[in-house]
Amino acid sequence: MDIKREDILHLADLSNFSLSEAEVETLSKDLSEIVKYISQLDELDVEGVEPTYQVFEMENVWREDIVLEQDASREELLSLSREVVDNQIKVPRVL
Amino acid sequence: MKIANKKVTAERLVRDALEKARHFSDYHIFTFLDEEGALARAREIDARIAKGEKVGRLAGVPYALKDNFLSERGETTASAHILEGFTSPVTATSVAKLEAEGAIMIGRTNLDAFAHGSSTENSYFGPTLNAFDKTRVAGGSSGGSAVAVALDIVEFATGTDTGGSIRQPASFNGVYGFKPTYGCISRYGVVAMASSTDCVGFFTKTPEDMDLLMSIASGKDPKDMTTLDDYYDDSKIEKVKKIGIITEFDNESVDVEIREALKKKCELLKSKGYEIVELSMPALKYALAAYYITVPAEVASNLSRYDGVRYGFRSKDANDLDSLYGKTRDEGFMSENKRRIMIGNFVLSSGFYDAYFLKAAKARTLIIEEYAKAFEQVDFILTPVSPNPAFKLGEKVDDPIAMYLEDMMSVSLNLAGVPGLAIPAGKTKAGLPIGLQLVGPRRSDKSLIEFSKELI
Repeated sequence: MDIKREDILHLADLSNFSLSEAEVETLSKDLSEIVKYISQLDELDVEGVEPTYQVFEMENVWREDIVLEQDASREELLSLSREVVDNQIKVPRVL
Repeated sequence: MKIANKKVTAERLVRDALEKARHFSDYHIFTFLDEEGALARAREIDARIAKGEKVGRLAGVPYALKDNFLSERGETTASAHILEGFTSPVTATSVAKLEAEGAIMIGRTNLDAFAHGSSTENSYFGPTLNAFDKTRVAGGSSGGSAVAVALDIVEFATGTDTGGSIRQPASFNGVYGFKPTYGCISRYGVVAMASSTDCVGFFTKTPEDMDLLMSIASGKDPKDMTTLDDYYDDSKIEKVKKIGIITEFDNESVDVEIREALKKKCELLKSKGYEIVELSMPALKYALAAYYITVPAEVASNLSRYDGVRYGFRSKDANDLDSLYGKTRDEGFMSENKRRIMIGNFVLSSGFYDAYFLKAAKARTLIIEEYAKAFEQVDFILTPVSPNPAFKLGEKVDDPIAMYLEDMMSVSLNLAGVPGLAIPAGKTKAGLPIGLQLVGPRRSDKSLIEFSKELI
């Protein structure tokens, strides 16, 4: 299938990218080729095959419901942000 | 490897490594060199040796760290603009284990941003050059680590392998590169790419060094719930008799000199009394398509955390929160990151989920079953790592499919979770290294490394 301009804009929206016009064009071309390539799975017969999402050899891993010691403190984590005011991360207006 | 003792100081080892790193600076191997930190740590180890204190199994051994491992030394950038300025407050479990044994990180190595790529050309800092031909790629994504070991700057380097990112650059630069069984080494503190296939591993010059590093770094980690129990040291050295070769990989899409190298190694094995068994594994033909669905889906999910708010780069010209996210992510990611995130969101979106994501998950089952069947017939499998030796810089960087095809023989191991060791297997007439990979069943890691000595 061809990836059209509106598909790219929709995917950019899902991916949170503000793409430039030039990028929309290149990505349309690249993504069309990639989708064409991965579509070769169409010819594979998977009738009755169960899907595999992980190869962990295990189901749930349980631990006691207690607070464990953390590797990084609140201060260390806050210091990673570009703008912090009163122990809170500052961002531009939301609305 | 050379380990510090009373005669050879850690400081000497580290100074030599740093000097070589500076000497080869035009290869663009390192994103950060920790000269002062490494020397300070070397002097501490020397002081302990002088006092007769017990030092670790890697005392004073200089190593290079792929720049997608978190540690408090230097910025962790994953060679991506979006992590600019990020110094981690935590250290990866694998790094902590190596350093507890006295290993000294001299620098962080270049990679394709977020490990998306097979050439190290997708790095925000520019490409790393091949150790044997500066007009060619280092391979990727762990290109910097492979070249650091190949040029003998360090004794070993860390890598991550999601679809071939250790084995392919190892083969392009003539060193050993190991991707263990999924879950063998903790992923805690490693920048996530695709959580169901990401593996931590190493580059070394010998199988003995690989065995030592695996013995140190493997094992259960409460901070990574997907780690397997401690099995590495106990995994028995099996009596290996039969080695499989995959008939589907013996065709014209694979470079003739690589196919010759495989034949030569098979002859060597036969002369040592091993039986070579031809295997047909038709599902592997679909591994690459399944991989480039499953992995982008996980990438889209894992990379949604980079938003410019909590850490790393933040776009300066945003006027509200939505444009902060959009502009930060647009300016902060490389083209290949964007392609993978968007493909991931495509295969997961309603209307396409069944045809792509679910179908790839079913193909994954077939691939796992095919490996299980193969290992009923043979002990290990020997295959090429990639269809060609190191290619020219710029040759494939603008052609995503050509670049993805580099991974056609490496990705199926990650989907199945089985271990693979890239071994040096001579050179082409033009002098480029050729690599082959030994593949084993899950939890055969130690036996696989041991067996590779038969191929030297």
